[in-house]
Amino acid sequence: MSAFSAIGDDREIDRDEFTPGIEPQATWCPGCGDFGVLKALKQAMPEVGKNPDEVALFTGIGCSGKLNSYFNSYGFHTIHGRSLPVARAAKLANPNLEVIAAGGDGDGYGIGGNHLIHTARENHDMTYIVFNNEIFGLTKGQTSPTSPKGHKSKTQPHGSAKSPIRPLSQSLNAGATYIARTAAVNPNQAKEIIAEAIEHDGFAHIDFLTQCPTWNKDAKHYVPYTDIQQSDEYEHDINDRQEAAEMMFQTEDKLYEGEVLTGRYYVDDQNPSYGDEKRSTGEMPEEPLAERYFDEDAEWERTYDELLHHHK
Amino acid sequence: MTDNELIWRIAGGSGDGIDSTSQNFAKALMRSGLHVFTHRHYPSRIRGGHTYVEVRAKDEPVQSRGDGYNFLLALGDSFARNPQEEAYYGKEELKPLYENFDELREGGVLLYDQGLLDEEDVDEVGLEEAAAENGWEVVPMDLRGIAKEHGREIMRNTAGIGATAAILDIDTAPFENLIEQNMDGDMQEANLNVLHDAYEAAAELDVDHDIEMPENTHDEEQVILSGSNAISYGALDEGCRFISGYPMTPWTDVFTIMSQHLSNFGGISEQVEDEIAAAALALGASHAGVKAMSGSSGGGFALMSEPLGLAEMTETPIVLLEAMRAGPSTGMPTKPEQADLEHVLYTSQGDSARIVFAPANIRECYTQTRSAFRIAYDYQIPTIVIYDQKIQGELRNLPASHFDEEPNADPGSVLTEEEIEEAAHHSSGKFKRFLHEPEDGSNVSPRSIPGQKNGRFLATGNEHNEEGHISEDPQNRIAQMNRRLGKLDDIRADLDETAGHQTYYGPDEADYGILVWGSQQDTAFEAVDRLNENGHSVKALGVSDMMPYPVEQVSEFLESVDEALVVEMNATAQFRGLTQKEIGKYGDKMSSLLKYNGNPFEPAEIVDGFESSINGEDLAATNLKYLPAAGD
Repeated sequence: MSAFSAIGDDREIDRDEFTPGIEPQATWCPGCGDFGVLKALKQAMPEVGKNPDEVALFTGIGCSGKLNSYFNSYGFHTIHGRSLPVARAAKLANPNLEVIAAGGDGDGYGIGGNHLIHTARENHDMTYIVFNNEIFGLTKGQTSPTSPKGHKSKTQPHGSAKSPIRPLSQSLNAGATYIARTAAVNPNQAKEIIAEAIEHDGFAHIDFLTQCPTWNKDAKHYVPYTDIQQSDEYEHDINDRQEAAEMMFQTEDKLYEGEVLTGRYYVDDQNPSYGDEKRSTGEMPEEPLAERYFDEDAEWERTYDELLHHHK
Repeated sequence: MTDNELIWRIAGGSGDGIDSTSQNFAKALMRSGLHVFTHRHYPSRIRGGHTYVEVRAKDEPVQSRGDGYNFLLALGDSFARNPQEEAYYGKEELKPLYENFDELREGGVLLYDQGLLDEEDVDEVGLEEAAAENGWEVVPMDLRGIAKEHGREIMRNTAGIGATAAILDIDTAPFENLIEQNMDGDMQEANLNVLHDAYEAAAELDVDHDIEMPENTHDEEQVILSGSNAISYGALDEGCRFISGYPMTPWTDVFTIMSQHLSNFGGISEQVEDEIAAAALALGASHAGVKAMSGSSGGGFALMSEPLGLAEMTETPIVLLEAMRAGPSTGMPTKPEQADLEHVLYTSQGDSARIVFAPANIRECYTQTRSAFRIAYDYQIPTIVIYDQKIQGELRNLPASHFDEEPNADPGSVLTEEEIEEAAHHSSGKFKRFLHEPEDGSNVSPRSIPGQKNGRFLATGNEHNEEGHISEDPQNRIAQMNRRLGKLDDIRADLDETAGHQTYYGPDEADYGILVWGSQQDTAFEAVDRLNENGHSVKALGVSDMMPYPVEQVSEFLESVDEALVVEMNATAQFRGLTQKEIGKYGDKMSSLLKYNGNPFEPAEIVDGFESSINGEDLAATNLKYLPAAGD
């Protein structure tokens, strides 16, 4: 038996395998958009042929962080804003793992903003799903980095003087190679985009619009809703970085103007992932490093004799 | 054994090659059969600014930098060109010559590069008077000129070595061998010529001095290396194959060494956006099954507080290094201090348990880094190796056989897939990763790695039940807390049985004790020898386990003496405070000798401090602080 026999198991996968028995019951509010992410993610797994034991899901803190509890895979519920650096090292340690990270808009675009820039820049082969509901939910309704300008909350009673962050443009600038937006209100599109993102070899960033019926009652439930790939009004070459940039600029304005644009914005299949780059320069071993610790034939005898020789 | 020793100081500007020259000098002396030790002093600047390195050589293992020095090779600061600084501090390029007049011993030699320094300026700094007063032998030589004759000015370092060898009557063969080994072609030839010419020129001078070179003694093959080297080799031997970090002095040294070599050992190095990410990456790699390390210095380590707590709560093994420099905040980047002890012990929220080792010398940097990895992975707990700017960069020789230890790639309590099949699972299929009562009666639950069949669990920084699901159940909380904290007692017992990190020094029975930790230990031991020669009755205990604290050993030591002087390099007596907290008595027996001016203790300072304290006198030295015992 190999050390990681779950990896590459190509049997038929049932999405119910990703439901962790009868407990725990989800503690999200009724009508929460987070249910949409969970459902889409579970539905995507059979499509990409991944089984629960080969998937490692890393989350941050907040309502989104609970995803791990309701999704049956290897899980790491990390700390606020830090899911990406934990996740990307797991991928480097064992590139055969299917690594998915998830977090909220505060978690991913606020406290974890720096990590997002660098993970995108390095183009790690992983999928990052950001639950964007334009509000801090679990801490009871404070303004978030994606809340619209003028948004009033208990911490910003005069209305926010800040413009919202443009997460997709930021990811594109940083170097992400798959960028899309979807929403809980369109489960089929969400499932397809998640499946594509998982199969993409590079950093895939999905801004997933999740309505918050409790703390963001004023906000739209992301309707009217336009899938830019289905609409005649919008078209751009998703492989063209400049066209994608213009399209993203539009959508990030429209998000706050009533019409919500979703779909794939940018796909770059040419750029090798960080792991591939590192392997090609000899910075990283060809075989998954994690396997060596289980390999009885691995050579662990003292190999730095040559180094020590320089000290003689 | 004799009292003969050489303390050779090479001084110049940052960027003048002082460091590499001193390394070669030390290595050549070691090859010639001497024991050596180096001490580095440098400013937080890339080029220019007074920097020096001392090489102390004896016929027995050298414990510290010693007191002062007896040979100065002053090359001048060739990068001194900041008129603004000159206005404040005087002639910058002369600093290597005059900065430390007061530490050059009587009867010592002062060799300076006439080629770089203006004779009129030299007159101004009062060299002649100082030399007459102290009986120094002053040797001006045009080292720069000799170097330029064969090519480049930078070779004045080699000229300085040649002249030193002639004055001290040292065989030049080891220096020649090193040049032949490290250089080739024209550079090799030019340097050999410079070495010989300077040797000849100096041999013709009539230099009268009191320095007697020690005799060659060691017969076993030696290596000369720094604390950073030894930590890196300890990590490699213990199967560490992943490092992540962000540069910060003085931690950068280990990060650099590991990064340069790790890929040759099939490992991975990652330089990342900040220290939070650095520690988080090490956690992610460890979670996925690789033995991983990260580290930083004070300010960077502050950022690691979050991932450190996460490692503890998720029971993910991780080794962190903390290379201390003087604080608070960014403090003095290139100066040592032992003032991050409390930071490392108590940072991160909650009733927090981590393991903290403080190696006392280069030998222990290797062995205790190995302990840190073994304990982290056997017990699934974060371990920290705390050391300082002094130990990371000083070079010292030790027998090469010290490194002839078996490697250990065992990832600790990780199960194979066969074992996971047999292990306890919840009805939902989740593996009981965090069992309240592990079957072997220990406090360590079995572990699975992502990708293993049927080993799924959730690692979370929230309190969690046996499968890892978030839980606020009071009974579960107590069971998990008790198990996690219970590891400390298990580890204490393990270390007592296996590691023996504490070091006793001096006679078994003595009236007085010196208690010391980290990089100041061996200096204190040298002071103990002198104190006993002076007729005092003193022994010492060097403590290297900070958490779990060796309560029994330190209690016995304190019980056995009338009074103890606690020596440490900080202003608030942090280690004494820890000792008092852990033991809860003997507060009336412990007084403190503290130093926090950016320089480590010299043995004579500890001797003086001890004598003043037992005589009830005020300290003569103004750069030290004495804190009396509680109740005094």
